[in-house]
Amino acid sequence: MNQGNIHFVGVGGQGILLASEMTAYALINAGFDLKKSEVHGMAQRGGSVEAHLRFDQTRVYSPLIEPGTVDFQLAFETMEAARYLPYLNRNSKVIVNTQRIMPPSVATGKATYPDNCLDALTRQGIAVIPVDAYAIAKELGNIKAANVVLVGALSTFLPLPAEAFHEVIATRLPARIQEVNLQAFKAGRAAIEKD
Amino acid sequence: MTSQPSAPEKLWLSGNEALALGAHEASVKVASGYPGTPSTEILENVVNYSEIYTEWAPNEKVGLEVAIGASFAGVRALATMKHVGLNVAADPLFTASYTGVRGGLVIVVADDPSMYSSQNEQDSRNYAYAAKLPMLEPADPGEAKDFLKIAYHLSEEYDTPVLLRSCTRVSHVKGIVTSGQVESSALTPGIELLPAKLVMLPANARNRRVEVEKRQQRLRELAETSELNRIEPGDNKIGFIAAGTSYLYVKEAFPEATVLKLGLVYPLPEQLIRDFAARVEKLYVVEDLDPFLETRIKAMGIACIGKEVIPAIGELTPSVVRRAITGQAPADLFEPVELPPRPPNMCPGCPHRGLFYNLNRLKVFVSGDIGCYTLGFLPPLSAMDACVCMGASVGMAHGMDKALGEEAQGKVVAVIGDSTFLHTGLNGLINSVYNKGCSTIIILDNRITGMTGQQPNPASGTTINYDPSPTIDFPELCRAVGVKHVRTVNPHEIEATYQVLKEEIARPEVSVVITRFPCVLTVDEKKRPKKPFHSVTENCTGCTMCLRLGCPAINWQPLTPEEAKAMGKKEKQKGYALINEDMCIGCGQCYELCKFEAISKEEVSR
Repeated sequence: MNQGNIHFVGVGGQGILLASEMTAYALINAGFDLKKSEVHGMAQRGGSVEAHLRFDQTRVYSPLIEPGTVDFQLAFETMEAARYLPYLNRNSKVIVNTQRIMPPSVATGKATYPDNCLDALTRQGIAVIPVDAYAIAKELGNIKAANVVLVGALSTFLPLPAEAFHEVIATRLPARIQEVNLQAFKAGRAAIEKD
Repeated sequence: MTSQPSAPEKLWLSGNEALALGAHEASVKVASGYPGTPSTEILENVVNYSEIYTEWAPNEKVGLEVAIGASFAGVRALATMKHVGLNVAADPLFTASYTGVRGGLVIVVADDPSMYSSQNEQDSRNYAYAAKLPMLEPADPGEAKDFLKIAYHLSEEYDTPVLLRSCTRVSHVKGIVTSGQVESSALTPGIELLPAKLVMLPANARNRRVEVEKRQQRLRELAETSELNRIEPGDNKIGFIAAGTSYLYVKEAFPEATVLKLGLVYPLPEQLIRDFAARVEKLYVVEDLDPFLETRIKAMGIACIGKEVIPAIGELTPSVVRRAITGQAPADLFEPVELPPRPPNMCPGCPHRGLFYNLNRLKVFVSGDIGCYTLGFLPPLSAMDACVCMGASVGMAHGMDKALGEEAQGKVVAVIGDSTFLHTGLNGLINSVYNKGCSTIIILDNRITGMTGQQPNPASGTTINYDPSPTIDFPELCRAVGVKHVRTVNPHEIEATYQVLKEEIARPEVSVVITRFPCVLTVDEKKRPKKPFHSVTENCTGCTMCLRLGCPAINWQPLTPEEAKAMGKKEKQKGYALINEDMCIGCGQCYELCKFEAISKEEVSR
């Protein structure tokens, strides 16, 4: 795999940017050129958030992933996986956190959370890989590590050894959260590999 | 300061981090600005270089004036802002073009095509033209750093402030950046008396006006030969002229084409453009937003295709460029699915929520302003009726009062954040008092500039690097400008706030209500232990009072009649509210609204 497009999607406050940073550093350590684009601003929490990460053995020009060209989507929230469907193609792999976070219209009873929002993906033959990252992180004692559980799951599909991520955890995260994140990363990998 | 040569290092930086590194490598001494997405993180990173004096100014005009002063003292200076901030700073900008500089002076302005977090989509390149200043436009973080250093050289060599245009897809993009040598200005810092150059009264300004034209001519000559403008040879059937991120999208969509990449977007290299146009069969100009390059290229009498096919609204992407040129729709994209939207929301425990709940209840016209609280517009709070630009809410409310007279009395309020009030709201307040208005102005004092990410301001009690500093006393400040009625409330106390608002709105003269409670995302508040409230589900009648706050930590759980019955509730109860204890921070607003003891303060074992 000489190049790839990874799309991180979810809800503000879920640790999406940290997850995309960890992945980026692992790819840099492996010698890829890469660009990452994120949109933030306009209030802190609760909005739809996405980060585009593109890597290439030679050179990456555009920081934006083109619709229809996502190789891996890492969705931190179930409904958000479906929101970016036009970015996917039949070969895309979608790793989705089974957690549900209610948008305001649902939380106030004005709309309902769609029960079957991933059907639109599976109907197209897209590989959807569910991970209960929230439950796994809760078991590890820190729900905030759910993002790294998902990075662990994603890592099994990337052209990199797990050690590249271990190094990122050891060098880029504050010491007090390294252990729980290492465990979260390993648990995320295990969640994929046992299938 | 590290001046010894160091080995180049490959770094993974955002455009804004790269600009900060560029400021360090250019030996900038003074940096000032006002936070504004997507420019904010430039100064947040510059402050990490201890040799650079860095500050947040109350607005962009002051920030630029500080940088101009530093330049006049012979050091390199940086001012940063977003596009709408450049409007605020436009006054000193246009005249600094006449004075020129001593130490290099660069103004970084970040545009926001597609308005990810802005109230308009203006193209800052127009300021380069209008103020007769050179402008550089990098395409990615690596160029952002290099171009900033080049900008300082240009500034000193051509005696001019230099504009550097970033945008969301440079500032908030990360890429690999190679560190370089720290270079310094050839100037000696110090006071030098140069009245003919620096005192812009008409007699001097008329002389400088001539110098500006001479400089323009020299810059046009530079543009012809500068490495900032380069031709990348390729298939000559189609040629592209592009700058900034548009260049990247062209390279992505048409890797075989021949491209003239412009790094200096004003003034333009006319001969280079002519030569380039002559070598290609068909010429396209690809640029975000306005036809800035295109208009000038067409004015040279050169045939090119631009906004006839390239959209002028919203940011470009490789797909948009490809489709515009080839006319081909992207192949076989999946149709989007219908989902409930997920707009941004005020945080759980946000002190603004209680205020907007009350404003909604009071059914007043809310003249709004720029900040997190602009989200008070969204349902269910739905309590913002106008919002134009920073600091405008106060003047707009006064204008409505004057326009409607008695009819407006008690029906219009202005809301404005602490940082925004100090940015440009204070002048509006002075105007309202002076011109005998009757507005009620609500200052939402959460001690911080919330929306852009908790930057301290003159009301916060710290500087950019969290050194303690004097804190503006809003009640005293308001009294000092002549407001007789100033009251401070805790916005979490909904009923008490409601009573104060009612009294002040009814008052036929200017009054100020300060809602004072810290933003939940400030450093101190984040450290404070959270005591979440929890639901007493058996008491909940489904009255939905708490849901009217729109707090993300409260979710509606629908019930069928059978489920309601099984829970021991009335069959007609459609559901119940449930607090998400992982998100709740215990602000108490919903607790105050609940009449059925369905929300409890008691700690639960978890």
